[in-house]
Amino acid sequence: MDRIRELASKKAAVIFTKSSCCMCYSIKQLFYELGASPAVHELDKEARGREMELALRGLGCNPSVPAVFIGGVFVGSTTDVISLHVDGSLKQMLIDAKAIWF
Amino acid sequence: MADVSPRTDTSTDADTEDKNLRFQINQSQDMVASDGSDKYRDQKTLRRLAQNREAARKSRLRKKAYVQQLESSRMKLTQLEQELQRARQQGIFVSSSGDQSQSMGGNGALAFDVEYARWLEEHNRRINELRGAVNSHAGDGELRIIVDGVLAHYDSIFRIKGDAAKADVFHILSGMWKTPAERCFLWLGGFRSSELLKLLINHLEPLTEQQLSSINNLQQSSQQAEDALSQGMEALQQSLAETLAGSLGPSASSGNVANYMGQMAMAMGKLGTLEGFIRQADNLRQQTLQHMHHILTTRQSARALLAINDYFSRLRALSSLWLARPRE
Repeated sequence: MDRIRELASKKAAVIFTKSSCCMCYSIKQLFYELGASPAVHELDKEARGREMELALRGLGCNPSVPAVFIGGVFVGSTTDVISLHVDGSLKQMLIDAKAIWF
Repeated sequence: MADVSPRTDTSTDADTEDKNLRFQINQSQDMVASDGSDKYRDQKTLRRLAQNREAARKSRLRKKAYVQQLESSRMKLTQLEQELQRARQQGIFVSSSGDQSQSMGGNGALAFDVEYARWLEEHNRRINELRGAVNSHAGDGELRIIVDGVLAHYDSIFRIKGDAAKADVFHILSGMWKTPAERCFLWLGGFRSSELLKLLINHLEPLTEQQLSSINNLQQSSQQAEDALSQGMEALQQSLAETLAGSLGPSASSGNVANYMGQMAMAMGKLGTLEGFIRQADNLRQQTLQHMHHILTTRQSARALLAINDYFSRLRALSSLWLARPRE
């Protein structure tokens, strides 16, 4: 969990993924489309990946990846991110966290 | 017919029939002896009559056996019908094919098609109610109740699709549950919200500046989400192809068998993620409809829902025309 928090606070937009996860790929593309450059951490490449995955599940992230943090705050997985994007909240969150400017 | 000779004294099981006949002939001969009017009946006739009686007796026995078979089949049939009824009530659709593995997939697909048809019928009923209310200039309160009902009913098809995708994701993806013309526009097992909004914008006037801007933003967001999901699907296809291609090549060494199995397992895992994509696509459709309703007034939402329905009705009508077209 500490490792998650540590990484999540390092950049305005942070996404935890797995290299084989295609849904993670979708979410990354969405962020790029919005002009954000999120920090991407692949759990299957992290030393404590398993622990981190359990920690994310503990946060209520289901499925555990992709797990999105904006401004250090846990936003959710795919469903949450897409829902927030549809009503315009995602963009606003990214602006507020200075991940993007417009 | 075995030659019946009263003088034959060998008697086996197979000769029971002959014994019978002889018995009957002897009986007849006794009858002849006691009844004077039959004294001109000779052995041949007697034998013939005896054979007839025997044949008739056998025929009655066969008929009895046949009827018994029918009775037990009828009982079995009733039993099966009861089981089927019970299974249907429990929501398990039992296919009539004998192939078990086929019917599992068939279960999901067929059951969903039936549910979808039922949903569509109910949807059309609600839309007609909405149309009636709009045309008769019903008040906002009444309109809102009907509109909320239509939107809640949309929620139920997304839920049904979700369950069906768990059972048979490829059926949902195929769009075979939709009409041909609708299938033209199929995207991840359903319609594209962004396209729908593009169609609606012209039918929603008058819109305030704020509303117009919000609808445009919604259309753009929807499009971005659709593109993101599409790219994820492409990545999935790519990944699947690479996994399967990886197991190609000269299969000389035994190590390749384990390799093959491993790669199949990986491919299976990838196929499993398809359901997630359908779910996200449906979630996007649902969220877009909800947010559109949030942006618009009740009356505008009502007109939007009617316009959406008109559009899909036309697509379905087009499908019918297409299917019924005369062919050379």
